[in-house]
Amino acid sequence: MNPGAQNPDPMTVPPTSAYPPGDLAVWVFIFAELLAFGVFFLAYAFTRMRHVELFDAMQGTLDRRAGAVNTVLLITSSFCVARAVRAAEHGASRIGTRWVLAALACGAGFLLVKGAEYADKFGAGISLSTNTFYMFYLSLTFFHFMHVILGMVVLAVLAVQTRRGDYHRGNMNGLESGAAYWHMVDLVWIVLFPLVYVLR
Amino acid sequence: MQYKSQAVAKLYFMAAIGLFAGQVLFGLIMGLQYVVGDFLFPAIPFNVARMVHTNLLIVWLLFGFMGGAYYLVPEESETELFSPKLAVALFWIFLIAGALTIVGYLAVPYATLAQMTGNDLLETMGREFLEQPLPTKLGIVVVALAFLFNITMTVLKGKKTAISMVLLLGLWGLAIFFLFSFYNPSNLVKDKFYWWWVVHLWVEGVWELILGSLLAFVLIKVTGVDREVIEKWLYVIVTLTLVTGIIGTGHHYYWIGAPEYWQWWGSVFSALEPIPFFAMTVFAFNMVNRRRREHPNQAATLWALGTAVMSFLGAGVWGFLHTLAPVNYYTHGTQVTAAHGHMAFYGAYAMVVLTIISYAMPIMRGRAANSNRAQVVEMWSFWLMTVSMVFITLFLTAAGILQVWLQRFSSTPIPFMQAQEQISLFYWLREGTGVLFLVGLVLYIVSFFVSGREKTSAA
Repeated sequence: MNPGAQNPDPMTVPPTSAYPPGDLAVWVFIFAELLAFGVFFLAYAFTRMRHVELFDAMQGTLDRRAGAVNTVLLITSSFCVARAVRAAEHGASRIGTRWVLAALACGAGFLLVKGAEYADKFGAGISLSTNTFYMFYLSLTFFHFMHVILGMVVLAVLAVQTRRGDYHRGNMNGLESGAAYWHMVDLVWIVLFPLVYVLR
Repeated sequence: MQYKSQAVAKLYFMAAIGLFAGQVLFGLIMGLQYVVGDFLFPAIPFNVARMVHTNLLIVWLLFGFMGGAYYLVPEESETELFSPKLAVALFWIFLIAGALTIVGYLAVPYATLAQMTGNDLLETMGREFLEQPLPTKLGIVVVALAFLFNITMTVLKGKKTAISMVLLLGLWGLAIFFLFSFYNPSNLVKDKFYWWWVVHLWVEGVWELILGSLLAFVLIKVTGVDREVIEKWLYVIVTLTLVTGIIGTGHHYYWIGAPEYWQWWGSVFSALEPIPFFAMTVFAFNMVNRRRREHPNQAATLWALGTAVMSFLGAGVWGFLHTLAPVNYYTHGTQVTAAHGHMAFYGAYAMVVLTIISYAMPIMRGRAANSNRAQVVEMWSFWLMTVSMVFITLFLTAAGILQVWLQRFSSTPIPFMQAQEQISLFYWLREGTGVLFLVGLVLYIVSFFVSGREKTSAA
């Protein structure tokens, strides 16, 4: 072994052409997060099989329109984040910042809509112990809700950094990592919404 | 040794090894009492032996963590310890208080000890692992606070690295969660609920941070791999640990009277607890494979890799084995738990303390590494203890599965004591491998006294 050789960091993937974009460490997180949600989704599916009537009846009490609005909001926010990455890569930091802020606004919209849904349910006295369906509904959506908040903290940091001009071709690692994380938050909702609100 | 004050760690390490020996001896006594019920009765009844066995474990690990911190923090912070004198004073206070507690357990009946030590002022005794009399508990808090003051001041005046910050987070968490040992509500559900905030949030939460930082420190030293790489892994591991471990507490709430949703939350999150341990295994082997130097202390590298593997097996795999609520419904409180407990404590915490001792002790004795002969003896002790522990775990797992079947699952279940008689063969086998473990430990202690030509290259 050559002691003088530079040890390349395996967790920092070189920018632009490299795949996957962003830091390998963030992908480890994303994988772990998806695994956690995946296990929860499977548990939901198997439990539903055993209580079909209950789940069908309870799904009817959810506000599907609110869920649909939130789906649109998150997909739009993902689009904004993707545009932000593209803009920063082309040296347009100001435009990039605006796209990140737009994504943040969509995230805030999601929290408002979801908050209204929660207020409605909690107002009706629903809790984790109401029944198995609501145990899953509240656990899954709240776990996701916390991820939206965390993702928004990440986006806020990215907005500041992008505005400062930290990101440009050759140094996209942070922005791409944050964007990948936000897409994960979106992806989980895209599975969660049909599974919990719609499918019956 | 880069900083003189690191030498205080030596005292802590010696005490840790001594108490470790005591723990193993009481383990052997108890192991025999499983099959020869009146062995040493009434001098040392089973419940007392068990209490001494588990309490010594916790105390020697705490000595190991503190010693590890005293060694690691000055080197990471690149400054002398804030107060070496305080560290030495705390050592003696903690050792004497610990020894008096053990003497108390052995000398008088537990109820008398409770009376003598003012348990009626604030009832905290009588709970598994938290059996310590009130003065001891208060002493632990005082020692922990003074220790944290010393360590934190050192970090504050010196360089702040990811490793020392993670270690500090772990040690502060350890002290803070211990405070729940003073909360003992008369409602049994609440009592158990918060009891786990000490027990679970220690071993499946903040202790893992201590483990991660001690392991990362030794790996940087023996492999010479860039700090940035190791730090990034450390962050990944810490986050995964906290996310899975904190909500994973729910796997203790299945049958104690807590709400039913804990069965889901506990199952899902604790099922993911092996991930950070697996990440640690990958990380350790990755670092060693990409090492940029051949450190003369081969034994320390072996301990580090052993920790990574055995913690994954003991804490990760054996934990997963009985963590899902439908499985735990049958295995709860059987020998399956004992199997997991043995391999997890040895693989994660005993081994990481032995790793840092193995790395630091030769340096504190004025050499980069021990002689070849001494290292060979140490490696023998590594394999003897580790293989013995694997077999102890396998025998206890077999005993546990049989116990579940005989006592809880078959169409004609039999009572507890009858089931115990049926599985006594496995207890005998466990006792035998336990003796082998002791041989390994004796060899380990012997390795400190083996001379031979010392290696001095590299540090």
